[in-house]
Order: sequence, then C-alpha cells, then structure tokens
Amino acid sequence: MAEVRAIVMRAAGINCDMETEYALELAGAKAERVHINRVIESKELLDQYQIMVFPGGFSYGDDVAAGKILANQVVHHLSEPVAKFIGDGKLVLGICNGFQVLVKAGVLPGGDSAMRQEQVTITNNDSGKFEDRWVYLSPQTDRCVFIEAGRRIYLPVAHAEGKVVTKDSGVLETLRSEGRIAFKYVDEDGREGDYPVNPNGSVDSIAGLTDATGRVLGLMPHPERFVRRTQHPRWSRMQDGRGGDGMTIFNNAVRYARENV
Amino acid sequence: MRQWRFEVFNRRGFADVHGKSVLDDIRELGITSVEAVQSARVFLIEADFEEAFARRLARELLTDPVCEEYYCGRSGAPAGLARATLIEVHLKSGVTDPVAESVMAAVADMGVRAGNVRTARKYVLLGQLAKGQTETIAKKILANDCIEDVIVGNEAEPPSPHLKPYELQVVQWPVRELSDEDLLALSKGKDLFLNLVEMQTIQAHYGELGREPTDVELESIAQTWSEHCVHKTLKSSVDMSVDGEQAHFDNLLKETVFRATKELDKGWCISVFADNAGVVEFDEDSAVCFKVETHNHPSALDPYGGAATGIGGVIRDPMGTGMGARPIANTDIFCFGEPDKKLDEVPKGVLHPRRIMRGVVAGVRDYGNRMGIPTVNGAIYFDDRYMANPLVYCGNIGLMDKRKCFKNPQSGNLIVVVGGRTGRDGIHGATFSSGQMTHEHETIFSHAVQIGNPITEKKMLDVLVQANEAGLYEAITDCGAGGLSSAVGEMGRNLGAEVDLERAPLKYAGLSYTEIWISEAQERMVVAVKPENLEAITKIFDGENVQSTVVGRFTDDKKLRLRYNGQQVGELDMDFLHDGVPKYSRKAVWERPELSEPSLGEKDNYNDELVAILSSYNVASKEWVIRQYDHEVQGGSVVKPLTGAANDGPSDAAVIQPKLDSDRGLAISCGMNPVYGDIDPYRMALAGIDEAVRNIVCVGARVDRIALLDNFCWGDCTRPRTFGALVRAAQACYDGAMAFEAPFISGKDSLNNEFACEDGRTISIPATLLISAISLVDDINKCVTMDAKRASNLLFIVGETKNELGGSHYYKIKGHLGANAPGVDLELAPRIAASVSRAIGEGLVESCHDCSEGGLAVGLAEMGFAGGLGIRADLRGLPRSKDCCGVDSQLFSESNSRYIVEVEPEKYDAFAKLMLNLPFGQIGSVTEDGRLVVRAEDGRAVIDADLVALKRAWQAPFDW
Repeated sequence: MAEVRAIVMRAAGINCDMETEYALELAGAKAERVHINRVIESKELLDQYQIMVFPGGFSYGDDVAAGKILANQVVHHLSEPVAKFIGDGKLVLGICNGFQVLVKAGVLPGGDSAMRQEQVTITNNDSGKFEDRWVYLSPQTDRCVFIEAGRRIYLPVAHAEGKVVTKDSGVLETLRSEGRIAFKYVDEDGREGDYPVNPNGSVDSIAGLTDATGRVLGLMPHPERFVRRTQHPRWSRMQDGRGGDGMTIFNNAVRYARENV
Repeated sequence: MRQWRFEVFNRRGFADVHGKSVLDDIRELGITSVEAVQSARVFLIEADFEEAFARRLARELLTDPVCEEYYCGRSGAPAGLARATLIEVHLKSGVTDPVAESVMAAVADMGVRAGNVRTARKYVLLGQLAKGQTETIAKKILANDCIEDVIVGNEAEPPSPHLKPYELQVVQWPVRELSDEDLLALSKGKDLFLNLVEMQTIQAHYGELGREPTDVELESIAQTWSEHCVHKTLKSSVDMSVDGEQAHFDNLLKETVFRATKELDKGWCISVFADNAGVVEFDEDSAVCFKVETHNHPSALDPYGGAATGIGGVIRDPMGTGMGARPIANTDIFCFGEPDKKLDEVPKGVLHPRRIMRGVVAGVRDYGNRMGIPTVNGAIYFDDRYMANPLVYCGNIGLMDKRKCFKNPQSGNLIVVVGGRTGRDGIHGATFSSGQMTHEHETIFSHAVQIGNPITEKKMLDVLVQANEAGLYEAITDCGAGGLSSAVGEMGRNLGAEVDLERAPLKYAGLSYTEIWISEAQERMVVAVKPENLEAITKIFDGENVQSTVVGRFTDDKKLRLRYNGQQVGELDMDFLHDGVPKYSRKAVWERPELSEPSLGEKDNYNDELVAILSSYNVASKEWVIRQYDHEVQGGSVVKPLTGAANDGPSDAAVIQPKLDSDRGLAISCGMNPVYGDIDPYRMALAGIDEAVRNIVCVGARVDRIALLDNFCWGDCTRPRTFGALVRAAQACYDGAMAFEAPFISGKDSLNNEFACEDGRTISIPATLLISAISLVDDINKCVTMDAKRASNLLFIVGETKNELGGSHYYKIKGHLGANAPGVDLELAPRIAASVSRAIGEGLVESCHDCSEGGLAVGLAEMGFAGGLGIRADLRGLPRSKDCCGVDSQLFSESNSRYIVEVEPEKYDAFAKLMLNLPFGQIGSVTEDGRLVVRAEDGRAVIDADLVALKRAWQAPFDW
C-alpha cells in the first residue's frame, strides 16, 4: 500500500499540531510537524507530501486579526508552492486557526484564478468572546473529498474569531450554488439555529468551506479533538462506544490520497 | 523617518463587537447618555516607504477586506461631531506591545523594514458627556493607569517612545555608618522591604568586607531574601500557644508539611520541595510535575496583565523543572469580592470586583489559550474581604522524561538567556509582592506590573523541547520573581557565576545595569550550555526566531560577579546571598473564638433555602468562565470541567490523558474552604485536603498515588494571631497528609495580603489555604462523572452526616457563621475514600459526586439536573450522627468525607460488600420525572422542586 505523507505546519503560536499529527497517524498517514520557516527555506520540501494541514492555534498571537500574520507569510513566501500543491491534485486542510489562515490568504473559498479574492472573511464571534463548546455539523456538499456526505458529526469549537461573513449576499449565493459550503452548524436534529447552535453567528451557519477542486477544506471545529470515544463530552453516559466523528475527515483524506495522489 | 498613522474601523453593516461591549460597560456604570461606541485599531508605523506602499500595507495587512475599512492619517470625527468624544488609549512607553512586534515581522515579510511600530485603541463615544463622565469612562472601562495613557480629543500625539541611552555610573548605597533608623529609611526608600535585623546583617557583612555595597548588590540581596523567594516566615522558628498550651517548632515548614512527605517516603515522589515544581512518577518512562503560584498583588492593580503573567509565570515553572517539562494542563482558583458591589462600597484605590473578575478571567484565558495548554480545573470563591486583595492562584502541570528530572550545571557552562527581551517591566515584583498594599500602590508600584506575550513564551517552549530532546543543555530554570538575579543566582549557588549585563538583549535603550539584573520581564529562561553545544543549540533557537544570548558563564569560586562593559558593578558571596538571611523566631497564638450556633427554627419546606444556596456566588455555575478557557487543546480531555446530559454539570475533578497513545490518565482536583477558617483554621485545612481527595476519588483516580500542593494566602503574619492561624493550618496539613498517605510535593505562600485604606482601616483577607491534588487513573475508560445516569438506579451516601453547619452556605444565606465547622475523622476518611475508589475501579459505580458546599441537598440537585433526570431521596437512609437530628443539618451540613454514589440495582450486592464496616446507606433513587423530592425521617417532603428550575437558579448569577 502506498505511503501517504502529511505535513503539519508549525509556526509561532500554533498549538494543535501534536494532536493533529496523532489523528493523521491514526488514519494511517505518516505525519510530520514542520516549522513553516523550513518550508520557506526549501519549498521543494512540500513535494514529499500529499496532505498539507494548517492546524489550530493562535499563529503570531492572532495579532491584527486571527490568522492574518501567518496568512501574510503564506501569501508572500508560499503562494506559488501552495497553488502548485493544490494544482497537483493534493489535499489541504485548515482547522480553526488554519481555516482562518486559508481564508485570509485567499486559498479559501478560492476564486477561479487568483489566490486573493477578498470576498469572504472570518471575524469576531457575535458573543465577543472565546468559547469552547461542542457543535453538530451537517455536510453541505458531496464534492469535498474530506467529507462523508449525509453524515452529521459532533465536534468541539474553541475560538474567539470564527464568524464567517461574506462581502454581500451575492457572494453567499455563489458559495451556495458552487457547493463551496462544506459544513453548517446545526442542532442535534439537523436544524439550523441561533446561538449556541451556531456558536459564533456565522452567516448561513457556515462552519467550513471548500474550494472549487473539493480538495481543500477549512473548518472552525476541531476534528482532531474527537478521534477517540473518551473525548466525547458525554462518553460516560453512553452504553456503546461510538468512536470519534473527527476521524471521518482524516480517514477520508488519507484514503483519497492513497488512491488518487 | 516618517510616522504613518492608520486607523482601522468596522465597515457599516458589520458588527463592532468591541465597541458594543464598551457600550454595555458604560451603561453598567449608570451613564445613559452615550448612544453608541465605535472602536478602532490605531497603528503608528515609522518607516520610509512611499504612500502607495503605505496604502497597500493598510489594505492587505492591517485591514480585513470584508468587514473593515482604514483611514490613512486621522479619521474625521463622524457626523454629529459636536456630540462625539474621541478617546485614544496608548500603552505607556516601555510597556510590551505584542501586536506591534507581529506587525514589524509581517511588514518584513512584505519585503520592507519599519523603524518602529506602536498600536493604540481609539473610541468614538456618541452622545452628550459631562467632563467628569469622560474621565470615569476612560479610567473605569477603557484604560488601566498602570500601563496605559489616555488621550482625549483629536489633537495630542502620544509621547515619543524613544528613550535615552544609558551611561554607566556605578552607584553605591553606603550602609556601614548608618544608624538603625537610617538603615530602615534606606530599605524603605529603595523599596527593598528588608527589616532591621536583615539590614543589620547586611551592614555587618559589609563591615567585614571593609567596603560599601553597590545598588545592584543590595537589590540582589533584597530579592533573594524576599518573603516571596525564601519563605522566611514559614521557615521560621515558632513559639506557639494554642488555647494556652505551648508548642515549639524550630522550622515550621520542616516540621509540618515537609515532615509528612519525609515520613511517608513514597518511592514515586521523585523531586519534592527542591525544584521549581514537585515531580512524581507517571509511568515507566515519564514523570509529571505540578506547581501552583499566586499572582495576587499584580492582579489587584492590573487584573488582565496580572493574571496573564500569573499563568505565564507558573507555566515556566514546569518548563524549568529538572531538565524541563512540557506543560499539559493549567488550573486556576480565584478569590474575589462579590461582583454586585455598589461603586461606593469599594475602597479608594481598589478596582471594582466585577472588573477584577472579568479582567482576571480574560488574562488567564488569553495567555493559557494562546499557549495551547488546556485549563481543566479551578474554583472561584467570593468574600468581601478579598475585594482589595483578590487572590489569583495559577497552576501548571508538566510531563517530562523520567530520566531528566534533575539539573546538572557545571563550572565552565555558558549562561544563556532565551526568549523575550529585558525591559523595565516588573521591577521589584518579588519585593513588592511581599509587602502590604495601600491605596497609593496603584501609582507607586505600577512598574511592578508585568506585561506578557504568550506567543514569545510558546515559541520559547517549542525550541526548548527540541533542545532538551537533543540533550544540548545541562540545566534550565525560569526567570521568575527576581529575574536574572534569581535565575542565575539560584542555578549558580554551588558554583559561582560571572555575568556581563550589557549583553542582555533589551526591549529599549536606557536600562541601568541594576534594572537589567532585577527586571522581571516575562518569557525569559536561563539555560546552562557547554561551550561545545552552543552552536547546535543556537541553531535550534534561531531556526524558529527565538532570541538567545550568552550573558556569562558559571565559575567555581562561589562568587557572583556582575560586570557592565567590562567594569565590575557588583560582587557577592553566594553563601552569604543564599544562606545569610537571618533566621526568624516568631510568636504565634491561637485561641478558640467564642462562637455559638444560631437557633433557626425547623421549617416545613426547604425549597427556598436550596434555591438561595444554588444561586449564591460560590455555588453557582461557573460555565461563563469555564467556556472561555480552552479545556480540550492537546486532545487529552477525558473528564471535562463541565459534564452531563447537556454538557453543563459541575465536574468534581478533571481527568486528562497526557499521552495520547496510552490509557493512563491524570486526575486533577482542588479543595478550599476559607470560611471554616474563621471558626478553626485546623479544620479548614483538613477540610481542604478531604475535599481535594474526595473530588479526585469521585472521577476514578487511585487513592494510593495522590500528591498534594499547599498554597497559603494569609494576612500579616507578624501579628501572632494571624500567624497562629497559619500554624494551625500547617499542623492540619501534616495530620491530613499522614492520614491519607498523600504527600505534599510542592507549595508556596503569599503573606501580607492586607490593604491599608485611606481612612486608616486595614482589610485582611480571610486565612485561605488552597489544596491542589493530582493522582493517577490506571484506565481512563473506567472514569465516572457526577451526573445521574439512568432512572431506577439506586443512590447511596457513603460517610456520616454530622451536626456541622458551622461555616456552611446554609448559615451564610441566613447571615450566620455558627461554631461547628466540619471536622475530618482521620481514621475513617481514608478508608471511605479507598472503598469508593475501589468500587469505581471495579465498574460498580454509574456516577459519583461529593457532598461539599451546600451539603447533601446541593449534591443531589447537581447530580439530578446534570443528568437531566429526577431524584427521589429519603433521609431515613442517611447515615448520621446522633446529634444531627435537625432536617436543616441533614440537608445542608457540609460534613466531610461524604460521597453520593449511583449504583445499578443488580450491582447492589457487590457494592454493599465493599462498603462493609463503613457508614453508608441507600438514600434514594434516580427517577425520570425531573423533580428533586427529599423526604424527612417523618415522611414529609421537605424539598420538592423542579430540577430545571433549580438548574436555572444555579446558572443565573453568572449568565453574563
């Protein structure tokens, strides 16, 4: 079986890299945590990998805005290698801060040509504060390789700036029509709702986005925090041990990479 | 260079979350004339770039393209100019500005160099304001005097940040010829906080040397001998009188807290009371270390910065323990005044308790979350005596290689400072925190407040972990209180050291050699590096943009030599510095206070009392706080702080899985009951230990691997009565640790938590002992939580309920203290804990919750509403003492060593067998009807309440 290699990008203030590496390894990939400085020094490093992950954290303290400084680094040092990575049919995943980075670098939702689109952003939660809570996610597209269509999953969010907003309603309509909305926040029964069902006030309850290729996914919730039953907030109330919903995303990514990249 | 000014506002139609929260705070102050608040971020960038680039920078870097817009230069005031007030808040010069540092780096990524960057916040207040009101809003909401300057209006520019370069001038502080009076005047005038005996000892030492000390020498001694660093009160010899009976201790700590550890002599204790944190075995390959610190005085002045650097500082303790641990969990325990105080009830010079609480929570949140360390356990306690002296306990647990639990610095090793730069922040923190606060502290000691930058610390952690794995240093410690002085002095105490102070990288020019030496600037650590490893370790540091500098080397002559540009500015004898502090002898007195039990008539129904206790600040849900902390980062969360059917019940303790590929867990809990100390500090301390043990047992931890930490926060211990209470508590620590066979592994004290009001009154905090506990969980899959699980399961109570309402929440809501504070049966309590722990380990328990604040009634209510179920209980099944016959004492007594346990009917026999010879009884069962019904011994329903309503009452106080 072909080995799937994943790179987990570290940077100052990134702090979910170890558990993300662990989740990728559980899914069967060989994962490595690499500091972005190493990639900037030798961009051909990326050639060894089929999956690139920008994990959660507070890159550069989220100074100026969440993910902004790291996105600025990506734009000014790595825009070509990242575009090539995607162009080569490989996979990119951004979780929480990583999602913020991908959006602010213009990788997501991604236009047809340029990296920098400036149509969508992620900003302060309506609640005005950081919150750690669990949410249900309903998949919105069947063309994103990370997602198991139709399967509602349960994951924690932990962020202060997770509200997805679009420049105007036209942009939102495009996201919908092109199937770029990956996940929406819903309740236990699959219905959209106000806070705390939608924990940050995202327009249209958007929790995650994908690009035109379906091989780039960014989401605010943390799939790497639910890869084992004892991470579920109510595992001690459950008779059966349902495994971690977050693994579906990593398993799908590794399977796709093994078969297609 | 030109200074560019950019102002970034929210675009119309996009919510200004920050402005909205400021508006809410203004309304809360009672000012109703403000209609709206607009907030903006201001960037002042000195650079030589062209206008076109400046605009690109603003557009691409500083402004969100969707929801923000920028002005290059000053924005005009909005329409309705006449009624708009403009306020800008700038950091005082010298205060760390993390955002500015990031912007500098990002500008460089864009290919241009900026000379200097500063940031500020701007507020546009719409509405008519009286002059005094603007000032009130600025002072109470927008800015903190200690660290920030406020500029009202649109004209003035902030002061220039450029500071004059420093020119060396060696300063002597002569002591040899001084009278006692002058010695004290010197100590006071220089903020040394040294007493007369200490000053005389120093005088005699310099008399022998035949010279006068330099300023940096005296500062080093003051810092090393400070209460904060050397704990001279707890180590003093004590003549104690308890109710007229005499006792003597040569060294209080050694004969109480340490003694228990020594006598228990557990093989799994690896390093106790020796390093920055206590170290115990975790598994075959790893150890865990745990430290809890306080950051009380700084948090009183600057709640946000004080708490942030409190957590930032304690994280560096495990990082600097042995050869360094990786932090895996934070704890936080706070004591505040009640948050609903009226403004005129708050003493002058003191911030409002609500502002302190919000600031402290935000500080811990922002630092802990950014470090990527889950904050998993804590408590908040309210009492108005904490109003002027809030207590902020911050704890950190680290995971480390079991073979690397000890340091080995050698002469010839280079002294390398890693991490942040040195600035004027935090000068005199160690000495300041050892003294009493007054209403003038706000202005006098603003320099003692430190400003943190968690990302600097996270970067430092990332590279230190790699350097440790590569074995590239011989010793590591943090720059905590006392800065380089304490770090280098401590690491080199058996060697000797020479330091070239001008080499230390500075945040800005102008620092004297003494300021460099004693600055407590955050995020710095010191490592001892063999010269041959310097290149390799520097490569790791440089590779992730972490600054490191060789500032000196360790020698072998037991002298500490300080130089600046080659000129010697201080020379100290290590032995005198570390062992020269005079030993104290203190008097301590404790007399049983004359208290009595109130007589409260028996009522037919106690629903109202239960609601009142559930909605009292101490008992109420702390979800508002807990959710702001990331308690799941690192992926090891097993028992979360909130649990139950709706993820919102109060867990007894936290369990984490430190290694993701192993099922072994670590449980963390705490216990604290300050009110009992008003009756009997001995009982208070034992109750704290019992509570910490109960909490940790409830989630399924082992009883034979419990390690404890003590944190004493007290008033002025030169008063024999205040000190007497501490001695009583220390004696209880010995007795409790011995009884549970749970050794103390680390501890800390913070004394002089008193406040001198303008009118001459002194407010002292209540005697407050925090007990923290950790223990092992063999298999995380066997952990249990406190929420009731299924209807028809049986409920048992293990442990005896006694007539012990003294200091209870029931008395508190009735306005009484009482006399019967709960005691601990030292023979029985450990057996109960062991049996409950065993029952959980054998899978016989569905849920387990301890009876603590609010007693049985509150415990049952919490289990019921956390489980989304109902509970039917009958007090006839309650094991109780003969004199515990009142319904109120049966419901609300806070007797220790009691556990409520839910068991499936078919497991009854197996469970009962384990509880043989213990006081236990079936008190009820879980139902489906969502009601809590408790029947008295005569069959009356003394509580009959809807659990949803009870839950709402419990959640309401902090529904902020």
